Amino acid sequence: MTEIIVVTSGKGGVGKTTTSASLATGLALEGKKVAVIDFDVGLRNLDLIMGCERRVVYDFVNVVHGEAALKQALIKDKRHENLYVLAASQTRDKDALTQEGVEKVLDELKAEGFDYVVCDSPAGIEKGAHLAMYFADHAVVVVNPEVSSVRDSDRILGLLSSKTRRAEKGETPIKQHLLLTRYNPNRVEAGEMLSVKDVEDILGISVVGVIPESENVLAASNAGVPVILDDNSNAGHAYKDTVARILGQDRPLRFLEPVKKGFLKRVFGG
Amino acid sequence: MGILDFLKRKPEPSAGVAKERLRIIVAQERSTRGGPDYLPLLRNELLEVIRKYVNVDVEAVNINLERDSGHEVLELSVALPDGKPAP
Repeated sequence: MTEIIVVTSGKGGVGKTTTSASLATGLALEGKKVAVIDFDVGLRNLDLIMGCERRVVYDFVNVVHGEAALKQALIKDKRHENLYVLAASQTRDKDALTQEGVEKVLDELKAEGFDYVVCDSPAGIEKGAHLAMYFADHAVVVVNPEVSSVRDSDRILGLLSSKTRRAEKGETPIKQHLLLTRYNPNRVEAGEMLSVKDVEDILGISVVGVIPESENVLAASNAGVPVILDDNSNAGHAYKDTVARILGQDRPLRFLEPVKKGFLKRVFGG
Repeated sequence: MGILDFLKRKPEPSAGVAKERLRIIVAQERSTRGGPDYLPLLRNELLEVIRKYVNVDVEAVNINLERDSGHEVLELSVALPDGKPAP
């Protein structure tokens, strides 16, 4: 049984690709066979975050158009042998992806025995975002504690429950997971940032994880290593917890308390 | 926070304002979601008509689309301002 997970948000720059890379890697660490697909046609970036940008030969659109076999286009992760990346095309043709084409690729991945397919959605609510969510069984809605991101994610939650295959066919609805990223407990305590509870109250859905704002996320993307593999970062551990929860395990939320600075730091800054 | 930070003004706690604004706009957008695209337009035109007679605020007009089994009800409410009606 293949489970399709879309990582989406509406707003750009909130951490969809970072989350897709870490989620896919985390599922692979749990022994699952995983493919992660970049749906952002024209703006390929998942390959960079996964650190396989120089190994892209064929892409998603090539497979949809029959110019390459799926096996040729799937890039095997160099760290985990059960993890594969399907890169987005760099074409400027926005109609390069079709619903039938996407369905064909997903069906082929199912036939290949993949446990999970992670779909990294582009920002916005246009065709690419629609196709990324259309066939999903689970949705991870990435949200920042910031007004425009929260509003957009509410819009996306509405689309997930109306404009997807499961909704149209009247099947069990997509399982929605809210992931709060770039969370800064110190600013929340100071009343400068929406809290976990604020966001949950507004959207009427509880979080599946909270990823603290962390310098390690930029370092990870600089290096092309998903942050979940960074054992020294809270963000990495928070992603590991999130993956466990999506797999049905019970893990308490961590890293929600403000970090108290020591005396020297308080005096001299830092 | 270092010594120099005392010279900088701290930002006002603003999360409460953010939450309140979001609560209102999200509720409003949910009420018209899934409805026909003309709803916002209808709302604006109604507002114009009402304003010919009474000076009401944008937020005074509330449109709600309710779906019951088999039929839809368009509910419209206008909160009139206190005081004397316009002449």
